[in-house]
Amino acid sequence: MKVTPLDRILLLVTCLLAAYQVVVGIDGLENVPTIAYTIAFGVLLVAGLLIIILGYDILNSPVVVVVSTIIPLSLSLGLVWEYVSAWRILYMVFTILGFLAIIVTRIVPIPGKIPTVVLAFVHGVAGMVVFLLPCILAAQGITNPGFALVGFGGALIGLGGLLLSFLKAGRPIVSREIILRILPWILFLMTAAFVVGFALA
Amino acid sequence: MLLIRKVKTKARAYLLLTKTLQTGLLLATGIAGYLSSHIAINPGVLLGLAGSLFLAISGSTILNMWYDSDIDTVMNRTHNRPMASGKVSKQEAFWLGLALSFVGVGWAVFQDPLYGLLVFAGLFFDVVVYTIWLKRRTCWSIAWGGISGGMPILAGRALAIGQIDLVGLLLMMAVVFWIPTHILTFNMRYFDDYQAARVPTFPSRYGFEATRAVIALSAILAAASIGVAGVMIGIQAGALRLMAVLSTGLLLLSFATVFHPSEQINFSLFKYASIYMLASMILLSL
Repeated sequence: MKVTPLDRILLLVTCLLAAYQVVVGIDGLENVPTIAYTIAFGVLLVAGLLIIILGYDILNSPVVVVVSTIIPLSLSLGLVWEYVSAWRILYMVFTILGFLAIIVTRIVPIPGKIPTVVLAFVHGVAGMVVFLLPCILAAQGITNPGFALVGFGGALIGLGGLLLSFLKAGRPIVSREIILRILPWILFLMTAAFVVGFALA
Repeated sequence: MLLIRKVKTKARAYLLLTKTLQTGLLLATGIAGYLSSHIAINPGVLLGLAGSLFLAISGSTILNMWYDSDIDTVMNRTHNRPMASGKVSKQEAFWLGLALSFVGVGWAVFQDPLYGLLVFAGLFFDVVVYTIWLKRRTCWSIAWGGISGGMPILAGRALAIGQIDLVGLLLMMAVVFWIPTHILTFNMRYFDDYQAARVPTFPSRYGFEATRAVIALSAILAAASIGVAGVMIGIQAGALRLMAVLSTGLLLLSFATVFHPSEQINFSLFKYASIYMLASMILLSL
């Protein structure tokens, strides 16, 4: 399936938003969240550029599963480090071990459902943190209510990850055409929500 | 009405002769070189830089095409170019290229002798050393093509600070190392065309595998040069972060061309490298 001109525009705007966030949006934070957010938005940026250049064929690569995990993992690490200081080290250990586990289970041929379980667990925890933490913080008045938009972005990233994972597993929830048609919109809305949410925090 | 149509057609053909994308990218490097100094911008000087560089680069590109028109006729990729397709005569292109080159270099010398010398060096390396002397003799000609491509950024910076400094040389090296990712990718993609035209290329001399390794290595060196230059210039932390992100993408694609070679990956590296260069130029200017 070809990338349409509208898809290209959406992906380009997504890339520009991610680039803006890396350059301006995370200035003044501590080192760990700065690095974590740079990785998250950097992956978004490069992935967007590669889809523009290579088209949707790139989604057939086995690397996509690993790369798509980096975004929620690093975003959630940045959020936990910033707002839940008691869990900083523990969550950092979880992200590192979780990421390594996903890589190992994708490289080493392991029978059964272990690779899928590992992926679903790590991705799921990270996704829930990105979705719930900003919503809770906004609801409790600890941050500006607008910060809940980051949670909305987290929900979208979860949706995108879910659709892609099932597609890669050969059991797509909806057809490949529909997934690819809405993917640029998901990426765009998700990135916009993150950028605006962080700006309002 | 007929005259207007004729002028329009001719202008379009002339514009095609200048390879607008390539000229635009080289012009962007020159402007970035100037802005990288972060001095107070003098609009007159900046306008002069843009004008003189545009004319000199366009002139050398046209002279290039004039000399290589026989090659362009043979190659599928280029046989529709204005001269190869007969829309512009060889003589016409020669005089146009020469006139633009003279005006461009003259304007540059008038602005600043050192800047003018560097602009002339770029033109000389491109037209005389690369195109006329080496292109049909050795695949290593691209090294000289690369040096000429690195001249606009060095010239732009020299115009701003009045001398050639280490940062300027690093910026030039970044462009020099970026150019093989561009040209060698083309050499592989249009391998048969180059063979038909009997132009020696890296893939025909050393094979595809070695060429991919050279592309990966030059991408790494380009990213390293531009990164070090960025740090030495003292660009903002945010810009440096973005540069690191884009460089990582370039390196990953370079490794992919070596370890998972395919036409698709190869061409994506070529495209990405152009975006990378343009983005880096903008970041250096911030």
